Amino acid sequence: MTDIATLQRVLRTGKTIAVVGLSADWFRPSYFAAKFMQEHGYKIIPVNPKYDEILGEKCYPNLTAIPFPVDTVDVFRKSADALPIAKEAIAIGAKHLWLQIGVLNFEAEKLAQSAGLTVVMDRCVKIEYARLFGGLHWFGVNTKIVSARKQMAKP
Amino acid sequence: MTDHVFGFDTLCLHSGQIPDSDTGSRAVPIYQTTSYVFDSPEDAASLFNLQTFGNVYSRISNPTVAVLEERVAALENGRAAVAVGSGMAAQMIALLNICEAGDEIVAAKTLYGGTHTQLNVNFRKLGINTIFVDSDDPENFARAITSKTKVLYAETLGNPSLNVLDIEAVSRIANQAGLPLFIDNTFASPYLCCPFEWGAAISLHSATKFLGGHGTTMGGVIVESGKFPWDNGHFPTMTMPSLGYHGVRFYETFGDFGFTMKCRMEGLRTFGPTLSPFNAFLLLQGVETLSLRMDRHCSNALAVARYLENHERIAWVNYPGLQNCSSYALGQKYLSKGAGAVLTFGIRGGAPAGQKFIESVQFLSHLANIGDAKSLVIHPASTTHRQLSEEEQIACGVPPDLIRLSVGLETLDDILWDIDQALSKSK
Repeated sequence: MTDIATLQRVLRTGKTIAVVGLSADWFRPSYFAAKFMQEHGYKIIPVNPKYDEILGEKCYPNLTAIPFPVDTVDVFRKSADALPIAKEAIAIGAKHLWLQIGVLNFEAEKLAQSAGLTVVMDRCVKIEYARLFGGLHWFGVNTKIVSARKQMAKP
Repeated sequence: MTDHVFGFDTLCLHSGQIPDSDTGSRAVPIYQTTSYVFDSPEDAASLFNLQTFGNVYSRISNPTVAVLEERVAALENGRAAVAVGSGMAAQMIALLNICEAGDEIVAAKTLYGGTHTQLNVNFRKLGINTIFVDSDDPENFARAITSKTKVLYAETLGNPSLNVLDIEAVSRIANQAGLPLFIDNTFASPYLCCPFEWGAAISLHSATKFLGGHGTTMGGVIVESGKFPWDNGHFPTMTMPSLGYHGVRFYETFGDFGFTMKCRMEGLRTFGPTLSPFNAFLLLQGVETLSLRMDRHCSNALAVARYLENHERIAWVNYPGLQNCSSYALGQKYLSKGAGAVLTFGIRGGAPAGQKFIESVQFLSHLANIGDAKSLVIHPASTTHRQLSEEEQIACGVPPDLIRLSVGLETLDDILWDIDQALSKSK
């Protein structure tokens, strides 16, 4: 389980997010999450060989095809695919590897961690953003935040 | 690094509210508004598509109500909660979230009379049939499950029979059948019992009772554990595109809080039993002192039960905290901090003597409620369970002479004094 301080750091320092397996269908969870992050100030880089463009951004077939630095690699693929994606994430110098809810790959986690990446696993980037910086609490979700300080500034 | 785990009393006071960045208001603000302005047409579309989190209309969500929701979710150690206008609305919205015409519910037969009627009469009219079983033997639930069963339903403590459910055993039966166990945890409150710890999927509350605690306010809460696998094949309504909300798949989209999101976006949005922000505020004032009140409720109730046990005018006493009560062993397991505020008894002389007792109490309030800070008394056969036949009443654990006492927070000697003087007049 990743602690709150680590999640806050990943979300504050990872403003460019490559979303591997992003769908162009508006009702898919990957589209929900990417659109939300885009609306909250993040640069979304779609990674999916099936499309040319998603959410107004050029879509790349894989991580190594992206011609500029990426902070966070966000994975919406089946667990078994996470290992080669982790290798690519290391190769392009990403700071963080984020595996979405249901994506569990301990080998990928270990590899990325040993290369110095911060790894978040089995969590949704949108839900964690909304949990820590506001939004999720409006829908009765147990954010586990206990604090008497005013709501934190958004990343 | 791991996050600090906060204790129950801290959660009662803090969960769900961070002082807002504009005013710093320490108390929870009352957002007495129906609607919320959009940033732009695109923002409005995103909100309606559930692509972003935000408030649209207070029938669906409200920032004051949300504090209560998150606080109760935290106290139950659950994933999420949704608050509604009453406890009856909570069970209706929760059950209709996964049940439709042709489906079946297997429920304990010792439920609160209003719940029994909701299932036995009103749900039956909708084509949802309930099989009532003797919950004292958990295997009775297993025997009643069919291919149409969608949920097992019971109360932590039966009302008013006060039989303690073997939650762990019934959960195991439910989970083996791929079904969720819904527990009405009203009588215990999250302080005395945590149904999720024993495998329940959903916990329901009439917040009107101990959560509010002062007899001022109606409310209900549905809490989701976040652990039930709604994609196990039995619940297409959780996994298939929603006809009621333009094709959203609730479990896929919201995962471990998909059940409460569906309650909100389908149940609250289309049936409408919303909790008002002002009522949420009042309930929150009660929740702040929940643990303190429950400890006193329990110690006073146990003392009253022991007093009645030895009183010459009393025919029988039922309180799970008494060693000779049939639910004592289960009570020790599931209600280790105390067996709650409610006890029942019969007076020598039967129902007429009971009526006389109720007429004679001085400050015990004769009314149809439990969980007030004040002591309350009622004769269920002629009031809360009046809609049932005498056979049904007995099956629900309501003999004609039963008197139900919800022991309050008054000075214990005064409660005993009032009971004693009324008993002496009941001859």
